[in-house]
Amino acid sequence: MGAQVPFWRAALLSFLILAALLGAWEIAVKGNAGPSAPTVDPELAALLSPAAAAGGQTAMPAPSDIAVRLYELLRDPFHQRGTNDQGIGIQIAWSLWRVLAGFALAMLVAIPLGFVIGMSPLLNAALNPFIQVLRPVSPLAWMPLALYTIKDSSISSIFVIFICSVWPMLLNTAFGVASVRREWLNVARTLEAGRWRTAMRVILPAAAPTILTGMRISIGIAWLVIVAAEMLVGGTGIGYWVWNQWNNLSIADIVIAILMIGLVGLALDRLLGLLARAVAWQE
Amino acid sequence: MDGMQAALKPYVAVEGISRSFPGLTVFQDVWFGVNPGEFVCLVGHSGCGKTTILNILAGLDVPSSGTVVVDGREIDGPSLDRAVIFQGHALMPWLSAEQNVAFALGCRHPSWGRAKLREAAREALGKVGLAAAAERKPSQLSGGMKQRVGIARALAINPKMLLMDEPFSALDALTRGSLQEEVSRLVTELGQTAFMITHDVDEAILLADRILLMTNGPEARIAEVVINTLPKPRIRATLHHQPGYHELRDHIMDFLITRSRTLAGKAPDGWDAKRPPEVRPAG
Repeated sequence: MGAQVPFWRAALLSFLILAALLGAWEIAVKGNAGPSAPTVDPELAALLSPAAAAGGQTAMPAPSDIAVRLYELLRDPFHQRGTNDQGIGIQIAWSLWRVLAGFALAMLVAIPLGFVIGMSPLLNAALNPFIQVLRPVSPLAWMPLALYTIKDSSISSIFVIFICSVWPMLLNTAFGVASVRREWLNVARTLEAGRWRTAMRVILPAAAPTILTGMRISIGIAWLVIVAAEMLVGGTGIGYWVWNQWNNLSIADIVIAILMIGLVGLALDRLLGLLARAVAWQE
Repeated sequence: MDGMQAALKPYVAVEGISRSFPGLTVFQDVWFGVNPGEFVCLVGHSGCGKTTILNILAGLDVPSSGTVVVDGREIDGPSLDRAVIFQGHALMPWLSAEQNVAFALGCRHPSWGRAKLREAAREALGKVGLAAAAERKPSQLSGGMKQRVGIARALAINPKMLLMDEPFSALDALTRGSLQEEVSRLVTELGQTAFMITHDVDEAILLADRILLMTNGPEARIAEVVINTLPKPRIRATLHHQPGYHELRDHIMDFLITRSRTLAGKAPDGWDAKRPPEVRPAG
């Protein structure tokens, strides 16, 4: 630790690890598929992928199969051929839309409310029990209630995203606002800065890094939860797509979905990371 | 002197303020005035409530009893007319030096546009020799430079009075010396009314017209008012060669070392808190 490692060395090592893993995977899957008679029950094999039906021992696709499938999927990611055959890009777009809508709603509620809670020790103490009880509830536990009251599966998943991303933002905003340095507030007071000016020009920038940390945690949780929520409610979205591919036993598609979910999650986190860097300050 | 004080209408009149907690009186029956254009220093040990007195003058704190009258009106909160230079520089770390000053200017002149604020902030920084560092964030400035920005911020709003809470105590000796001269020059140029808290005797002698000596707390009070008769402008390099300098310094040192302690506690019989004895050790 400590000493700076050249970027290319780390990159090379990463690449080697990836190559080794994929290579081992490829050999493990393909190497066993000998010319001997199929041991898979033909009826099951008919349900499985063509490779398995052709005599492979396993329905597990090799990385090369996945790469081919990935190419197929990415060649036309936004196609729409009926409700059950939509491109992976469309599915991800649906999930992203729900996450962003729920997240934006949560921001609209959590940041102003967090501000108020952070500024008022009374409200903080009064609302704390509610927050403490509701925060640990799995967001999916809200789903039936949401479905019952909202009666729309898509809006229900947006609600679930809202409810899971609201807590980290609320708590971080309240904490950030409450821990703004006394001396900065005193500066604002001696300058007769007024409530609004103090809030926008002193408290908000002072608390911004803490608020952004909360937002970053929230978006991470939201992206975790949307997959599960869409598996439950179905219809559209990457979570629904994963479940659909499981029903189709297209393992390659599931692996691809996992990869895509990971990449999109990374992108979301990086995006907020950039935003956090923009508002960061150093004493 | 009595006649002269009566003739001059003080800008600030502190009238019998005290600060007490149940079972503890930090200071009591403190009376003093600050005349327009006068520089008054309050000297005393830690725990005698110096900072509280300054905060009361700033409007950031309220006395347990007594009042403070500024310009004929009782203080009812902080005011742009009384600028504070804080002990820690209290700059906002997310703003550049220029933006810190511009924030104060924007509070004083809400109608000013961005360009005008910028220009005025540059000018204020120029007066403390920081024009070249205007774009830098506080984290990129040395301790002395930060405090210069704090001084520029306070002076930029043209306050009627400058309040300073041990403004140089966190700086090294060399920086402190040059900043003291800087403040001395600026205050003299502007004819600025000023009140400063310090425990640095040489600082008080360099800057103050009158030095209020406080006994140790609890039940601290102003035991004596030292009139600084050394001629102005005072230059730090030659100050200690001035006739009367050593008598003045020794008097204050003696007070801080022994008399602040022996005089502490209940005031003697016949004590007139409104008129503590005035001394002129420098002749």
